Amino acid sequence: MTELTSKTIAELRDGFRSGEFMAREIAEAFNAAVSAAKSLNAYTVETPDDALAAADAADKARGSGELGSLAGIPLGIKDLFATRGVDTTAGSRILAGFRPSYESTVTANLRKAGAGMLGKLNMDEFAMGSSNETSAYGPVISPWRRKGSNVALTPGGSSGGSAAAVAADIAPGVTGTDTGGSIRQPAAFTGICGIKPTYGRCSRWGVVAFASSLDQAGPMAKSVRDCAILLEAMAGFDPKDSTSLDLPMPRWEAGLSSDLRGKRVGIPREYRIDGVPAEINALWDRGIEWLRDAGAEPVEISLPHTKYALPTYYIIAPAEASSNLARYDGVRYGIRVDGSDGLNGMYSATRAEGFGAEVKRRIMIGTYVLSAGFYDAYFTKAQKVRALIKQDFRKAFEQCDVILTPTAPSAAFGIGETTDPLAMYLNDVFAVPASLAGLPAMSVPGGLDAQGLPLGLHLIGNELDEQTVLNAGLAIEERAGFTARPEKWW
Amino acid sequence: MVEMADATAPFRIKGETGEWEVVVGLEVHAQITATASKLFSGAATAFGAEPNTQVSLVDAAMPGMLPVPNRECIRQAVRTGMALDAKINKWSRFDRKNYFYADLPQGYQISQLYHPLVGEGEIEVLPDEQDEASAKRIGIERIHVEQDAGKLMHDQHATMSYVDLNRCGVALMEIVSRPDMRSPAEAGAYLRKLRSILRYVGSCDGNMEEGSMRADVNVSVRKPGGAFGTRTETKNVNSVRFVMQVIEHEARRQVELIEGGGEVVQETRLYDPDKGVTRSLRSKEDAHDYRYFPDPDLLPLELDEAFLDECRASLPELPGAKRKRYEALGITPYNAGVLTAEVETARWFDALLEAGAEPRHAANWVVAELFGALNRLGKHIDESPVSPAQAAELLGLVSDGTISGTIAKQVLEIMLDSGEGAGQIVESRGLKQTSDTGAIDAEIDKVLAANADKVGEYKAGKQQLFGFFVGQVMKAMAGKANPQVVNERLRTKLS
Repeated sequence: MTELTSKTIAELRDGFRSGEFMAREIAEAFNAAVSAAKSLNAYTVETPDDALAAADAADKARGSGELGSLAGIPLGIKDLFATRGVDTTAGSRILAGFRPSYESTVTANLRKAGAGMLGKLNMDEFAMGSSNETSAYGPVISPWRRKGSNVALTPGGSSGGSAAAVAADIAPGVTGTDTGGSIRQPAAFTGICGIKPTYGRCSRWGVVAFASSLDQAGPMAKSVRDCAILLEAMAGFDPKDSTSLDLPMPRWEAGLSSDLRGKRVGIPREYRIDGVPAEINALWDRGIEWLRDAGAEPVEISLPHTKYALPTYYIIAPAEASSNLARYDGVRYGIRVDGSDGLNGMYSATRAEGFGAEVKRRIMIGTYVLSAGFYDAYFTKAQKVRALIKQDFRKAFEQCDVILTPTAPSAAFGIGETTDPLAMYLNDVFAVPASLAGLPAMSVPGGLDAQGLPLGLHLIGNELDEQTVLNAGLAIEERAGFTARPEKWW
Repeated sequence: MVEMADATAPFRIKGETGEWEVVVGLEVHAQITATASKLFSGAATAFGAEPNTQVSLVDAAMPGMLPVPNRECIRQAVRTGMALDAKINKWSRFDRKNYFYADLPQGYQISQLYHPLVGEGEIEVLPDEQDEASAKRIGIERIHVEQDAGKLMHDQHATMSYVDLNRCGVALMEIVSRPDMRSPAEAGAYLRKLRSILRYVGSCDGNMEEGSMRADVNVSVRKPGGAFGTRTETKNVNSVRFVMQVIEHEARRQVELIEGGGEVVQETRLYDPDKGVTRSLRSKEDAHDYRYFPDPDLLPLELDEAFLDECRASLPELPGAKRKRYEALGITPYNAGVLTAEVETARWFDALLEAGAEPRHAANWVVAELFGALNRLGKHIDESPVSPAQAAELLGLVSDGTISGTIAKQVLEIMLDSGEGAGQIVESRGLKQTSDTGAIDAEIDKVLAANADKVGEYKAGKQQLFGFFVGQVMKAMAGKANPQVVNERLRTKLS
């Protein structure tokens, strides 16, 4: 049975369709793996019955010819997605015990495609964090360890439970969300693939909001093909989300091709940043060669405003978050702590106890940058810089079809090792510009560092051009030959 | 000691240091009642529903819920702007106004601060309806669209407050005037005219009792022609009368304050209609920092020409234009004003004209007779027991000489009572006017014979007795004689 859990979604789908195994066998294998992996703390809720019910429905439907694209595939769901009747906490104490009466559009789409749910995946509180350490439900432990060490490592974040689940074979694929790298950095840290599509591809309806203008759902899985399969099922126009894109849905899986002849790969000179380990730059160089080998032509490009991306992000995202998180006030759902001073006392006590330090920090930053007297200096200025960053990319895509960079400036670090918030924010230095520009971007595993930890390569595509991102990812995947797996210790 | 100046002169507050002028601006919140659903959610908006029965997941701000603009609400606000001759902004945007309160589940109100849907416009008001010369234009600064909040109920529990979210998310138009008003009367006229226009357009029912229209009243005082003083804002005033009271009270309070050596502070006040006073709610120092910023859940609102054309084409004839049309039909300016003030009256009157009534005569009759009758019955024109078609029939009987004006009054009373048609009443009760000279002559002869002394006086020069003879003849014929024929025959016989 363990070998079923190490298969890709494409393999599981094909094996199920050809009758090699039953959907129920797949679900049972994963349910067993999930319950045996509690020490990873990847799942906050396990829903084995949900996975089994979907599997049984798939088994019944097989032969009818009416199978959804994900029939027989159980998935892990990041706890930011509202799931009907199942605890949805966004990794926060303030939503402890909250069971929505509704299902997010993305998970509803996945269910419509036949997928079942293995459980809800742990994450940084309200998706604010790069290490999963801000979760109110304890950090996720990465299945990966440094060579000869048993120091507990972070899987990255905020989609840390999602990344760990795929890497540890306790979900064949998962949902993630990415506001400033939350899919891509954990994918890089755990040796898996993850794509954030163009802003507006996936509905935000029913996804607990962090920063509305940046939040975007996407899949994480073992392979580029699996990401294409999942993204096709997740994405699509949703009239319930005003920012959702009303455009025809490409058939990304069918469009997969690692033949990059005629494509130009942009290499941004400003991404050669001081302090980035040499092996990361060396991997980047290897990535350039792999894409050249696939037929693409590398071209140097300039993204001059990149250096302002991180500060810009840390104004806009907290500003939106400070407003988005105002609804957690103890009045209608989640926890309520009675204070000493009427309504305001209840608000203070509830939010003081319900939110963790990082969330409080960002609410305070966001409140500050929107305050009278500071708004223009911070928020308005940041919006202008954001426009310049978008313009950088627009110009760059006149010269190239896809951009290659490292995903993160380091491999996974140990839990508790990074305590300075600013150092933590640097994790997303390569990921954030694409978020600010709303562009599709993906991380694919490129190799291992000297300590045996995965490193990722990062592809940024033009607006709506997920296909080129996936194709370049596929070209790297085929050439990198990344087959390393974490040694099972859990 | 402060005293009011007399009504015909500009409104002045007389203080110890001389006369003061009051400066008023109004922010009117008008609920878009034309739509049955809220601004950003599909929830219903009926008044008086059980608490929390008209609340969607969006209104309750459940995690992950998103607002989607209700196109019909936008359309109604655009039509309203057009009716106020205002500039429609083809590009506008929603902003979040952030503050914590239990009636505001999102923790922010979606409003429009930086780029409102509607820009500058104006309203012409007539503070003294009898005096065309009192006409004045009041500037509109902007109209923006925003969400209403819910309602707290403090009387349901000994120590806790309850929240009703039915109103939460209901679409409001905030109509902001320029500080162009200078008296309670002008503010009252502005509010009445604005309400009238909203009701013509149909965007808002103007019902202040049910809260679908309420005003924030900005008042300051200054020496006539001087620089603007510091203003106070009295929130949520819910009748025209109260708005006028607030202005008068605030103006007097401010004058007394300044003349007593004090200073007006910029603050938010509340009106207590029972005591007739305003009291401070919060000062500028305690004012919220609302941290407005563009709502990232919503795209900018972009309106195309086709949409604007449709909005324009859907507008009804508005009170100003209708009034001019009525006047051109020979209706007096006063009557035209009265008939166009309320959309229901105008609709009723238009139907009367449609049914063929002569405009001048019809206008006089509606204002003098019908309004009087409805008043006695305590009914609004909407509920008039007499339909426009029935009224046209009655007026037709007068103008073709079938009945006299006097008889018409009787017929109307019977119509109101029985619901019968005028023609039928006249027929069945024998009220038809007679022009039969034989019958009239016979009655005249009887009257003159019975009043020989008065005939003598008349012939001796007491001309005013003529009316007496007419009256006697009419009385003898139970009002059914054609007064014109009676006049003619009497003159002949007395000459």
